[in-house]
Amino acid sequence: MAPPGQPDDARPLVALRAVGRDFDVSRPWLNRMLEHAPRQLLRAVDDFSAEVRKSETLALVGESGCGKSTVARLIVGLFPPSRGRIEFDGTPQTAAAEGLWSDAVRRRMQMIFQDPYASLNPRWRVMDIVAEPLRAHGLMTRRADLRARVFELLTQVGLAPADGDKYPHEFSGGQRQRISIARALSSAPEFLVCDEPTSALDVSVQAQILNLMRALQEKLGLTYLFISHNLAVVSQMATRVGVMYLGRLVELADAATLFSRPRHPYTRMLLDAIPDLEMSGRARTPVAGEVANPLDPPPGCAFHPRCPLANQRCRIERPQLKAEPDSTLVACHAAEEGRIPA
Amino acid sequence: MDARGTALLEVRNLRVEFPTRRGTLVAVDDVSFDIAPGEVLGVVGESGAGKSLTGMAIIGLLEPPGRIGAGQVLLEGRRIDNLRRESLRQIRGRRIGAIFQDPLTSLDPLYTVGRQITETIQAHLPVSRREARERAIALLSEVGIPAPERRLDHYPHQFSGGMRQRVVIALALCAQPKLIIADEPTTALDVSTQSQIITLLQRLSREHHAAVMLITHDMGVIAETAHRVAVMYAGRIAEIGPVRSIIHSPRHPYTAGLMRSIPRVGATGVRLAQIDGAMPRLDAIPRGCAFHPRCPQRFEPCDRERPPLLETGDQRAACWLHGAPRTA
Repeated sequence: MAPPGQPDDARPLVALRAVGRDFDVSRPWLNRMLEHAPRQLLRAVDDFSAEVRKSETLALVGESGCGKSTVARLIVGLFPPSRGRIEFDGTPQTAAAEGLWSDAVRRRMQMIFQDPYASLNPRWRVMDIVAEPLRAHGLMTRRADLRARVFELLTQVGLAPADGDKYPHEFSGGQRQRISIARALSSAPEFLVCDEPTSALDVSVQAQILNLMRALQEKLGLTYLFISHNLAVVSQMATRVGVMYLGRLVELADAATLFSRPRHPYTRMLLDAIPDLEMSGRARTPVAGEVANPLDPPPGCAFHPRCPLANQRCRIERPQLKAEPDSTLVACHAAEEGRIPA
Repeated sequence: MDARGTALLEVRNLRVEFPTRRGTLVAVDDVSFDIAPGEVLGVVGESGAGKSLTGMAIIGLLEPPGRIGAGQVLLEGRRIDNLRRESLRQIRGRRIGAIFQDPLTSLDPLYTVGRQITETIQAHLPVSRREARERAIALLSEVGIPAPERRLDHYPHQFSGGMRQRVVIALALCAQPKLIIADEPTTALDVSTQSQIITLLQRLSREHHAAVMLITHDMGVIAETAHRVAVMYAGRIAEIGPVRSIIHSPRHPYTAGLMRSIPRVGATGVRLAQIDGAMPRLDAIPRGCAFHPRCPQRFEPCDRERPPLLETGDQRAACWLHGAPRTA
């Protein structure tokens, strides 16, 4: 609820408060009994707090296994959080048995997936794929209304109304992603969760889809949560960027600030690892090591084994997210102590 | 870096085709290039451009019904495209090393990494088991795997993705090949691992003086690794030349559009340049220049006559902007 005196717009559309999610990755019961092995929990996301503001694009970046897709799935309610709570426009999630989100909330959010080949039912016509959310939410039942709405949606994403009668296999990857977007938009949601929406596409097609997503955002006032491992794509799309490492948020900043003044050593490493397309001959700092095993994360700061600035404190004490003067949030002792070279 | 005369690999007018019930589909059409020892040739293109098929045709691993319809492949001046299966197998292990995108499918999950490497070494070089094992340790340490003596006895699933790709690279280097064909070697990897593998490939081409054909869709990887680039579109080479010229002053409208459509860090909020439409399917490649329906600069001859590679600047581009058709 917005406090009195504060405009309603200041209220975040989505709020995550200290959200965590564990997955049970134990071996089967019999093996555990025979080998006296304990249960094993994977902390996919831990102590994650962030807000998605209305009409912005919040991007989450990180390498595979950092928990960014788990955050996306938690927000849309594909599974419940193990800890913490999630609110949509001030409404908290309900019990898992009741489906996590009420119907009224559910139709206001939709998801676009990475693989346009796996996310469309090959036996359905495009018409039925795009109309499904409308039917599922009972928003429209008359066939003529449905057809008109699907035609409108297909045109909006750059396809022809006649494409409604075709099957997914008749389309290329980029066109399929347009169909996914049309389906996501059909219930007129305000919030779209996009999990690597262009990672499976070729560059020239990726540009088409990113441009389409931006145009739709402006026209319909959409709010995006944009998950990607590609920093250049994120830089193109994001208003604000969160960087994740081993299940935790390590830096959260305005996109322009993050790319011009990255603070966390991990963010700096990611930016440095982007291939140099300008061929400026920039000296590349060799990237050290690999992401640690999430089942056995390092103590203290999870990044310390790879961090050039790590000291004794980093090995023992886990850094908390702290605000810098320009309101960038960073979880790093070196940043807090001013040990980061400019 | 003109490699004529000293080329290690020469590909001449290569054509790869697939016979189907509705006629023959041409997936690679009249492709020619050379690679010199110590040189990295990047082959870029979007999916369906024919870049992987070109690589497969060179190694002789085209899956039937795919076949080489015309042209020649020469390794150190000798044709290898018309060899019998057994002699080709010899050459493939001994003189050509292959690195594929997914390291998991290139390794046998049931054998230790050490056994796979030593067996490969012994299959191609006359060495004892002990010598093979020592070579294997040296190879693993060369590709940057820590504690190689211990890692030799591990199975592929005990390695991370990046480390697995290093093992695959070590396998490809077993018989000290003259030519390395790397097909999307960094695509399945995270950015930080990707940059490590790029650095490794650069070092290997330099130190082993091998010719490397680097197939990828990622211009960034090419910019960091290759000396020359061939840009492929719809089975043909659209443009070929030194990497700097192709990236900074592309002469083919497709290359130019491709370069502009790549998102860059720092360009927040700017609309990306896009090439409308998509690459044609193999059964519907347009007449004349295959790119003409999407080309913003097309003019009279483009839909009529297919442009050959024409000299322009430091590079060659298959575009009528750089020379008039003979009939005109």
